[in-house]
Amino acid sequence: MIELTLRYGFPAAHILSQPALSEAENWAIYDKCANPNGHGHNYEVEVTVTGPMDERTGRILAPDLLDRIFEERIESRFARRLLNDDEAFRDRVPTAENIALVIHETLADEVAKRSSAEVIRVKIVETRHNSCISGAIA
Amino acid sequence: MIRITRVIDFSASLRYARGGLSDDDNAALFGSRARHHGHNYRLEVTLRGEPDPVTGMVLNLKDLQQILDDEIMARFDHRDLNLDTPYFEKDPPSPENFARVIRRILVAALPDGMLDRIRLQQDADLWVDVIEPEP
Repeated sequence: MIELTLRYGFPAAHILSQPALSEAENWAIYDKCANPNGHGHNYEVEVTVTGPMDERTGRILAPDLLDRIFEERIESRFARRLLNDDEAFRDRVPTAENIALVIHETLADEVAKRSSAEVIRVKIVETRHNSCISGAIA
Repeated sequence: MIRITRVIDFSASLRYARGGLSDDDNAALFGSRARHHGHNYRLEVTLRGEPDPVTGMVLNLKDLQQILDDEIMARFDHRDLNLDTPYFEKDPPSPENFARVIRRILVAALPDGMLDRIRLQQDADLWVDVIEPEP
């Protein structure tokens, strides 16, 4: 089994709160992450793909193609923005878990459309103290 | 089952080229990667097994380091992957192909069934894992 991983990143702001709850209730659940004025992270994103090797190029996936897809679908959408404003997080709190799921789904769709590779895992490193993986762990 | 990982660093130069293609065709196929360039590679080698009841080790790390020195460092460190090794006459030294070559070399050099996986890191933002099937 061979896997290729590329690492990207983007800075963004978020607020962990459920719109239906009061500020005090959100604070009880999300603690300082519920600050209604927001806070931010340098998100690191590790994208892992597998698939058949193109023996002519020696590649599972051209890194340049994933670079373009990441830029078009993730960076331009999330970098230097408040994640809560994005439609993906209208009904989902932008926790690291949900960010990993949204990025995994988005990249999986686009990579499947434009190559023969499959995105099997997305790891979000939110801070050096917490990270989160969506998908299969080998 | 215990897994134990040893890390080595080495540096090499390379050009992406398919055997039989002209320089122009390789440049068209591989872009800037067809030019002579280099990387500081990091190789993580993970072994699996049960610790020996007497030594407490899956494999003596001194012996593992000797294997990595003889099989990997001697072959690849401060070498040109295309000109100084026999592995990339046909296939380009993409990290996928390079990882497969290293995996083959280590499977032959290590005790049977001991290799669990390798991670070949080309730079901080790109790496390839080759994972052996479960025993």
